[in-house]
Amino acid sequence: MEIFGVSSALLGSQLLIGLINGSFYAILSLGLAIIFGLLNIINFAHGAQYMMGAFVAWIALTKFGINYWVSLLLAPIVIGALGVVIERTMLRKLYKLDHLYGLLLTFGLALIFEGVFRDQYGISGQSYEVPELLQGGVNLGFMFVPIYRAWIVVAALTVCFGTWFMIEKTKLGSYLRAGTENPQMVQALGINVPLLITFTYGYGVALAAFAGVLAAPVYQVNPLMGSNLIIVVFAVVVIGGMGSIMGSIVTGLGLGLIEGLTRVFYPEGSAVVVFIIMVIVLLVRPAGLFGKS
Amino acid sequence: MHKNSMFARATPYLFGALFIIGLIAPFAVYPTFLMKILCFGLFACAFNLLLGFAGLLSFGHAAFLGTAGYVCGMLVRDVGVTPEVGIIGGTVAAGLLGWVFGVLAIRRTGIYFAMITLALSQMVYFLVLQIKATGGEDGLQGVPRGNLFGIIDLSNNLSMYYLVFAVFCIGFFIIYRTINSPFGEILKAIRENEPRAISLGYDVAKFKLLAFIISASLAGMAGATKTLVFQLASLTDVHWHMSGEVVLMTLLGGLGTVLGPLIGAATVVSLQTQLADSVGSWVTVIMGVIFVLCVLLFRRGIVGELQALIRRAGIR
Repeated sequence: MEIFGVSSALLGSQLLIGLINGSFYAILSLGLAIIFGLLNIINFAHGAQYMMGAFVAWIALTKFGINYWVSLLLAPIVIGALGVVIERTMLRKLYKLDHLYGLLLTFGLALIFEGVFRDQYGISGQSYEVPELLQGGVNLGFMFVPIYRAWIVVAALTVCFGTWFMIEKTKLGSYLRAGTENPQMVQALGINVPLLITFTYGYGVALAAFAGVLAAPVYQVNPLMGSNLIIVVFAVVVIGGMGSIMGSIVTGLGLGLIEGLTRVFYPEGSAVVVFIIMVIVLLVRPAGLFGKS
Repeated sequence: MHKNSMFARATPYLFGALFIIGLIAPFAVYPTFLMKILCFGLFACAFNLLLGFAGLLSFGHAAFLGTAGYVCGMLVRDVGVTPEVGIIGGTVAAGLLGWVFGVLAIRRTGIYFAMITLALSQMVYFLVLQIKATGGEDGLQGVPRGNLFGIIDLSNNLSMYYLVFAVFCIGFFIIYRTINSPFGEILKAIRENEPRAISLGYDVAKFKLLAFIISASLAGMAGATKTLVFQLASLTDVHWHMSGEVVLMTLLGGLGTVLGPLIGAATVVSLQTQLADSVGSWVTVIMGVIFVLCVLLFRRGIVGELQALIRRAGIR
């Protein structure tokens, strides 16, 4: 079966890869958007925290024999706790200053994390085996779908929509949305805003670590795996605008798919297609697709 | 100005002294090391024009340094022009690229501005990686230094040094004039209060764009010169780590001070040279630690702290 002169198997598998990348874009840009909403900073260390999530899973498996399913919970808790420490000891001191200092601080932290892991593990990747339950694949007739890859999409989307539900439909989420609008007022109403901020940063970071664990079996676990990804995610965030949770998810997935299609029809352009879309969006709709100017 | 009158009076003497130090320095210190400092110093000064005076954080300045380096290298090596034409060519190329970046990035402000410049420079990185003429992973190697104006042989390190020194002085003078011109005052007004600058009738976007182009061109001038010094244009020059490094140099030396970026560049380059032998891959970690410390405890930077110290002493 062929579509536009391309075999459906190739098209399908590239679209699946696109969907997987899109899931990572969605979950990472979601974390960035939540953090930005309340803290007004861009967390440059997001990529490094994603990388550390993958490493926590890898170290847990190889050194302690802790399996994938436990890591899926353990890594976000460990890295999220690290995030809480960072927020309490460093970021907190910067809220009164220009927001750019938050970006610079987290950039410095990203360099530290990346450097430490590179010193310990070199730049060659470590492989992480797919958990037994998710090995193998399903033949859909026109293409072969590895189960693990399908699982990534399902797991990432579940977490994304769970986060959306929490923010839009629960009491805690309403505090968070109110805090984004007017922190002083929320504080005056007797809600502990500093605690809310700490929790938010920790949660955003935990999302990155969760994505890292999901990524560990498909990509090589590598100290630099986060740094190139995060720049694409920044472009995704500029395209979508950080105003809307659902917007982050939709933009992330959509751009992943477009990237997958580019890889089929014009492979040379696949590395830059997201950036080119960013340029077009900036020219046509500077506030971003879902942004409020 | 009245607040800084003490500095204003001392400035000509300070610059004169530094100029003389610059002239005799290659007889005391290894010239290649000095040339590296001057190239990065100009790069950081150009960056500071944007962040320190217009309040725009570009996280993509490596694109200008690197592109100019590649253009200059290709012009000199493959077309066979003289070095000064190579430097001018690189500068113009960076200026044009800066115009494109600027038009796109000034559509947003603050954190978005930083992310857009970063993403655009990453695009430039991928293009440089994929285009055949730039040599991909190997970079441009074996760029000849050639003869300046077709006469002066630059393979001599001392003549090369004085060319770099001249380029630095020209770039520094342009930046100094820009900062102390009415144009520079308007940039500062935009940095302090953009809505007010708009309401006073200034076309803020135009001023920002012009500042961006000047900054990009001068960053390119530094990159083109650097390619001649090391006879090499490599991917590290276009990588986002380089964009981060110039932020660090400027922050460490003193954001928004005239000489801070040069001091910061000298400090970072010296540290890297010293540390490369002893600690290897920990250099990144140490750079990161300095970054964090600067942001948390030392936001005025070396020159900023010194100025504050002198000011306090003057009041007493």
